[in-house]
Amino acid sequence: MDRHHVSSDLATSVAEIVSDMKHLEGPLLPILHAVQHAFGHVPNEAVPMIATGLNLSRAEVHGVVTFYHDYRSLPAGRHVLKLCRAEACQAMGGDRLGDRAKNRLGIDFHQTTADGAVTLEPVFCLGLCSTAPAAMLDGAVHGRLDTEGLDTLLAEVGA
Amino acid sequence: MTRVFIARDAAALAVGADRVAGHLAQEAAVRGLDLTIVRTGSRGLHWLEPLVEVETSEGRIAYGPVTPADIVPLLDAGFLGAESPAAGHHPLFLGPTEEIPFLKNQTRLTFARCGIIDPLSLDDYRAHGGLAGLTRAAAMPAEAIVEAVTLSGLRGRGGAGFPTGIKWKTVLDCPDARKYIVCNADEGDSGTFADRMIMEGDPFVVIEGMAIAGLATGATKGFVYIRSEYPHAIDTMTRAVGIARRAGMLGTSVLGQGRSFDIEIRTGAGAYVCGEETALLNSLEGKRGVVRAKPPLPAHKGLFGRPTVINNVISLASVPVILDKGPEHYRDFGMGRSRGTIPIQIAGNARQTGLYEVAFGLTLGEIVDTVAGGTATGRPVKAVQVGGPLGAYFPRALFDTPFDYEAFAAAGGLIGHAGITVFDDTADMLKQARFAMEFCAVESCGKCTPCRIGSTRGVEVVDRIGRGIEPERNLALLSDLCNTMKFGSLCALGGFTPYPVMSAVTHFPDDFVAAPVVEAAE
Ligand SMILES: Cc1cc2nc3c(=O)[nH]c(=O)nc-3n(C[C@H](O)[C@H](O)[C@H](O)COP(=O)(O)O)c2cc1C
Ligand code: SF4
Ligand code: FES
Ligand code: FES
Repeated sequence: MDRHHVSSDLATSVAEIVSDMKHLEGPLLPILHAVQHAFGHVPNEAVPMIATGLNLSRAEVHGVVTFYHDYRSLPAGRHVLKLCRAEACQAMGGDRLGDRAKNRLGIDFHQTTADGAVTLEPVFCLGLCSTAPAAMLDGAVHGRLDTEGLDTLLAEVGA
Repeated sequence: MTRVFIARDAAALAVGADRVAGHLAQEAAVRGLDLTIVRTGSRGLHWLEPLVEVETSEGRIAYGPVTPADIVPLLDAGFLGAESPAAGHHPLFLGPTEEIPFLKNQTRLTFARCGIIDPLSLDDYRAHGGLAGLTRAAAMPAEAIVEAVTLSGLRGRGGAGFPTGIKWKTVLDCPDARKYIVCNADEGDSGTFADRMIMEGDPFVVIEGMAIAGLATGATKGFVYIRSEYPHAIDTMTRAVGIARRAGMLGTSVLGQGRSFDIEIRTGAGAYVCGEETALLNSLEGKRGVVRAKPPLPAHKGLFGRPTVINNVISLASVPVILDKGPEHYRDFGMGRSRGTIPIQIAGNARQTGLYEVAFGLTLGEIVDTVAGGTATGRPVKAVQVGGPLGAYFPRALFDTPFDYEAFAAAGGLIGHAGITVFDDTADMLKQARFAMEFCAVESCGKCTPCRIGSTRGVEVVDRIGRGIEPERNLALLSDLCNTMKFGSLCALGGFTPYPVMSAVTHFPDDFVAAPVVEAAE
């Protein structure tokens, strides 16, 4: 999998991504998305490379990476389960599902299980508020989740 | 050949539309049936998703909510009978889709095609009235397009309700050679999904609206900034832009009329505040999504310092029908200074959830009790949050408030992006107030102290009230804090968080009374 590249690969890939995208107007976010897509996170070593490529300071790029919730500085687990914590899902019992997921996985939000299988993340609305409570597992959407539905998802990821 | 329609809208996918479509295709193949499954946007009858519609001589007949296990019984009951509904006795039979009251009672101007056409078929789009607005606009001088939008009375659907025509006029009047159209598809408000639905269900109407905005203002480049939580919308919009470009709807000569306009799709990175227009512009420029002080207005100095129209998805998607049918047609719907239609999004604990496009003016009570049919749990409605996480909680006592920008402001709330989230009587309004403060703390861009620090203090104060610690003093403190946030914040994140908090306190005081705790418990 491409997220296990060694560092010389990293340098080559980042350089390629930067040179492919630097012509865009406002290229930094698209570049960070591409780097995260390739490596599963934005490795710290990539920051100075991107900064040099775009003629920005390291601090500027670092500031952007840390501002946005999406960018990770460390790889996530093999699966990412995002549970919606926002109001429409709360109104349909979302909090109880959140508690159940935390208990079953033995972790809190923003954490990864010890075996590296699952990262649990809160999300504030998936636009599925009419089929609440909602979740996203590795990019696939799930609605009208009840205890059983959540347990099925957790079973899918081996928890 | 029978055509069957099943949505590929994310809300339909979330409740198994792909599995239903897969099952149907498989079973039809086994039975040797001549069947085409068309994947559409959603009709917006989300409580009935997955909705399966069968084309008959009497129009589309709906069944729902369908599970994969229902496919065999439905086929056995003859639900594909092309003449008339042969499965009328089946429990999932809903009759002609257009006759379902939730749909029949709507006025679909912006969402006219959503759920009906194949979203990525430009032929379908044209056959259902698409491109008529852009075709007219392409033959009009810029001033006349702006004039039409102004006359229509259209106000921004992103939340602030600013007149769209006036915004466009400001950009048109700027002499700069380079200008931008930015489509705000960040849709971070909980309880809202209209932007997502139209991008997934009728992407060309968004593109058409942006192209008209380009012709109207002299802007040649557009960006659509879509939140990363919407992968399906990003995919559909990206493909639609490619199709539009190949068909000459975008490019160096829009519809062959010699004026140039093109669009790029950009993905957000999970920051609610980037829905605020100036933070969004910073984000597009590759900066931290921090709010900018105004002036300068984006219309004067926006993206990369150039004059920029930034509009919500629905504002832009409403423009083609205005140009097509004329501004009066649009303006004649609505009440007061709220003209046209508004796609109300019914979310949370409602029996009939989904999208309901209607002229302004229904009362909140009509929406909650009649359109939504009360709660999904069957329990009494306790509160309705209108306008997303920065919107007020309304008690039943205020259900006579008409859906209108000014009326909602007068009632101490806001329409926002027109999401309404229903809660039943098990809701704990202190918990909701706490959440509003917590959300503000998590999503603050950090520029102002009242928003950044005040929200964290707010969580602590609500917690103390919840534990019965000096309730009177802490309630007064909460009210002070809200005042400071309201008047000392640069943008509506810090400035409007007091709406959900104080409306919860004001309308549901009983939830803020806790049994006093004994000192030792601390
Ligand atoms: C914190 C915050 C979040 C916002 N989020 C959105 C959003 O997700 N989508 C949107 O269209 N407008 C959002 N707005 C409103 C925009 O700042 C702006 O008013 C809107 O894009 C203008 O377009 P319109 O006139 O077509 O509504 C937000 C405002 C604030 C203060
Ligand atoms: S109110 Fe909050 S989000 Fe808005 S500018 Fe100030 S700190 Fe940023
Ligand atoms: S509030 Fe959970 S999906 Fe919108
Ligand atoms: S000082 Fe900026 S919000 Fe109060």
